[in-house]
Amino acid sequence: MKRVYVNEQWCLGCHLCEYNCAFANSGLNDMVKALKGKPIFPRVHIEEADGITYAVSCRHCKDPLCVKSCIAGAISIVDGTVKIDKEKCVGCLTCVLVCPYGAVAPGPTGAAQKCELCLENSCGAPACVTGCPNNAIVYEER
Amino acid sequence: MKREGEVRIPSGCAIAAVISREGKGITGDVIYEAMKPMHDRSNGLGGGFAAYGIYPDYKDLYAFHIFFDHRSTRKECEAYLKERFEIVRGEQIPTRKIPQITDEPIIWRYFCAPLGSQVASEQVDDNEFTARTVMKINTEMKGAYVFSSGKNMGCFKAVGFPEDVGVFYRLEEYEGYSWTAHGRYPTNTPGWWGGAHPFSLLDSSIVHNGEISSYDANRRYIEMFGYKCTLQTDTEVITYILDYLLRRQGLTLEEAASVIAAPFWSTINGKPEKEKEKLTYLRTVFPSLLITGPFSIVYGWDGGLMALNDRLKLRSMITAEKGDKVFIASEEAAVRVMEPDAENFYAPAGGEPVIVRVKEGRY
Amino acid sequence: MRNEFIYPEFEVVRNENRCIQCRVCERQCANEVHRFDPELGLMLSDETKCVNCQRCVSLCPTHALKIVKSDCRLRENANWSDETIKEIYKQANSGGVLLSSMGNPKPLPVYWDRILINASQVTNPPIDPLREPMETRVFLGKKPDKVRRDAQGNLITETAPQLELSMPVMFSAMSYGSISYNAHASLARAATELGICYNTGEGGLHEDFYVYGPNTVVQVASGRFGVHKNYLEAAAAVEIKMGQGAKPGIGGHLPGTKIVGDISRTRMIPEGSDAISPAPHHDIYSIEDLRQLVYSLKEATEYKKPIIVKVAAVHNIAAIASGIARSGADIIAIDGFRGGTGAAPTRIRDNVGIPIELALASVDQRLRDEGIRNNISLVVGGSVRSAADVVKAVALGADAVYVATAALLALGCHLCRTCHSGKCNWGIATQRPDLVKRLNPDIGSQRLVNLMDAWRHEIKELMGGMGINSIESLRGNRLMLRGVGLTDKELEILGISHAGE
Repeated sequence: MKRVYVNEQWCLGCHLCEYNCAFANSGLNDMVKALKGKPIFPRVHIEEADGITYAVSCRHCKDPLCVKSCIAGAISIVDGTVKIDKEKCVGCLTCVLVCPYGAVAPGPTGAAQKCELCLENSCGAPACVTGCPNNAIVYEER
Repeated sequence: MKREGEVRIPSGCAIAAVISREGKGITGDVIYEAMKPMHDRSNGLGGGFAAYGIYPDYKDLYAFHIFFDHRSTRKECEAYLKERFEIVRGEQIPTRKIPQITDEPIIWRYFCAPLGSQVASEQVDDNEFTARTVMKINTEMKGAYVFSSGKNMGCFKAVGFPEDVGVFYRLEEYEGYSWTAHGRYPTNTPGWWGGAHPFSLLDSSIVHNGEISSYDANRRYIEMFGYKCTLQTDTEVITYILDYLLRRQGLTLEEAASVIAAPFWSTINGKPEKEKEKLTYLRTVFPSLLITGPFSIVYGWDGGLMALNDRLKLRSMITAEKGDKVFIASEEAAVRVMEPDAENFYAPAGGEPVIVRVKEGRY
Repeated sequence: MRNEFIYPEFEVVRNENRCIQCRVCERQCANEVHRFDPELGLMLSDETKCVNCQRCVSLCPTHALKIVKSDCRLRENANWSDETIKEIYKQANSGGVLLSSMGNPKPLPVYWDRILINASQVTNPPIDPLREPMETRVFLGKKPDKVRRDAQGNLITETAPQLELSMPVMFSAMSYGSISYNAHASLARAATELGICYNTGEGGLHEDFYVYGPNTVVQVASGRFGVHKNYLEAAAAVEIKMGQGAKPGIGGHLPGTKIVGDISRTRMIPEGSDAISPAPHHDIYSIEDLRQLVYSLKEATEYKKPIIVKVAAVHNIAAIASGIARSGADIIAIDGFRGGTGAAPTRIRDNVGIPIELALASVDQRLRDEGIRNNISLVVGGSVRSAADVVKAVALGADAVYVATAALLALGCHLCRTCHSGKCNWGIATQRPDLVKRLNPDIGSQRLVNLMDAWRHEIKELMGGMGINSIESLRGNRLMLRGVGLTDKELEILGISHAGE
């Protein structure tokens, strides 16, 4: 299955992926309208330390801890993609706690959210990948 | 309007040729009649012929055919020739007055032998010595133009349609084993006798139909080796290229054809190793002698003819046979006039040379 | 002193209606122009630091930024331009030689733009490159004067070493040190994929790039940095750099601060020491000395590699080229006065040398007049900007061209001309690891390949229009060119007629 991978060597820490992600999942067609003057809730975020930067997002684990730990049965695997059903999520954030990568975070409504590969928004392919200026984030079969 | 030589002149054309592999005599009317059905390929601004084997009595002497604009030019030119050659015979070339051909210059021929001492002092062979003399007259002597300089061969050319030029020069009175003919369709010349074709140097002659796109690349290269392209025509530069490759570099005709109409790299790469090596070598060493753009040429020399098309075959040319004779022409119609029963019609592929040689000892 | 302040050359215009304060501009500007002020809740700019490299403009996701030329002008003066006056202020402030980067930006004649190309109409046919083969392969090197045959009469097909290129373009010399590891990697990989060559410049060859040797020209310059046996043996050809178009007559100076790590190792000089290339090669004070170096390098490489001699186009270039053609060199490379550089004194860059078009035309003609054009191939560089320039150069007589600025533009360079600062935001002319990583060679090499593929298509289209189906029939084919708006003298030197003639 194609997944999002990050080549740390090429990650510039520009944070564009975060903004592209937030925009892609906003449901709006203009980035300014979607993001200006608001806090953003990207599903990918840059980890920075000691001059190293790295874009972190959901690995879509084969045996995900978040699925096992979800008390509401809101997280499931659909065709290899780990998804969160916002309607079912009760916002306990256990998934945030258990994810070893820090790839799950609360969204604007309090429900947990994470990268779902932009498969269901208007992008159709991960926006962080298309928007990465240095090909540091790739979407491929490995 | 600039005269020829001061400006490059593109032209379309008709060509035809006939050769007897047995070395049998063919009279000139055969070839000039063949030009009639291709009348529309010329526009009356030039026609000409080259004939091989026509001067058997003087076959060891260089036969110069020269145009002069004035009697004094002739005197001056003769004086120069005498410094370098023994002139065995000099005479006016016989012509026939016909209304179709007018304004003729003074047309003479000289049968000459180079002076041994002069040749020795220039440290060259007879051919190179003679070629240098021709270049010198044509570039430096205003009003004199050598249009033929081989042994036992001659060019005949004029402003007019080729069939009329043949009549004018009384070609039916000459007998040769090989003839080439040319009708010219130049696009920007008032017409000049020297500019008609064939173009010849020593015993090589060229008739050519086409307009090559590589002209200046070829010209600027060949001029490094002492050739002077005074006419700025394709035919002139092709003649010099062949002279350089065949006489000065000692390439075979096939090798020379692989230089001027080189196979594409994709073709070369598909050849057997030895052949590939050779073709790669020739293209690497003589890149500036590749000729691009349309051409069909008949190259004549002492003892043979070679027909060659550009590598994309952008000009028509056909060959045919009957008995010991081989025919080449821009159009089949011309061949049918020479030999109604001609056989084996064949359109050579682009870059594929057709080489016809007279049997050894028959010319 | 108060009057040291010079108003910035550029202004950063931020459309506040569009800015989402993502701070990409701030993070990507090595010059530290942008910053976010949390109290004001606004992005602010310090325009004194802006070099107009356009990195922020390119990366701004909402296109909220533009950089414009400042309209704060001194009083207009046709003799004393703003630039001239400000240069005086800078020198009065610092007492130093002014430094510049990339090629001469002055409005001097660009002859390429005054030359037009022919096409076939009626008397001979244009050729469609989509339907017919169209060849761009060239061989650079000495051609034999006389064909030789063996005892059986077969052609002896050995020649002096030839450099085979799939198209008449090479990436010209840019040293490792002046440009980054990733820039070199991009050039090397692209050259290999394209079947052409790139050039190491004078900074040696990084050990990682020896694998690209068959597509590498290695340079031997006056500083001899990084020159050793394996270096010479790795290459497809060896270039002796006598001069450079951007700075004829002077050497180079890579400051010690850039001589770190791999660069120090590759150049074979201690870390932190300045890399100074002398103006002359101190073993070449004359043409006969050049011949000795040419043959030393031939001996060292067992006569298997062509030797290139690169010179800047200067006034006496035809005679210099003639001397080089007789020195045993296989290829002469001439660099025109608009050629680029990582750093040069401004006065030299803008005032020394001559246009490559004129140099090329006069050298090609001189070598032909002397009958030695075959002895040597001719490569020209110094602002060949497009496929049309390539075609014009070849028709004037070049065997191939060198391109560098165009290649850098493909890699992301925006010609801000501040390479000498070492803070290239595009990861090209810098050694700062955080900046170098901005140039991913996967992207860089692909863009170079794209550029050259595009040029190759255009060259074929132009050739096809002329009815020429192989590049060798274009070389020196000056009849395919016409000048517009040129004087008789210029036309005479270029060896072309005026349009309409």
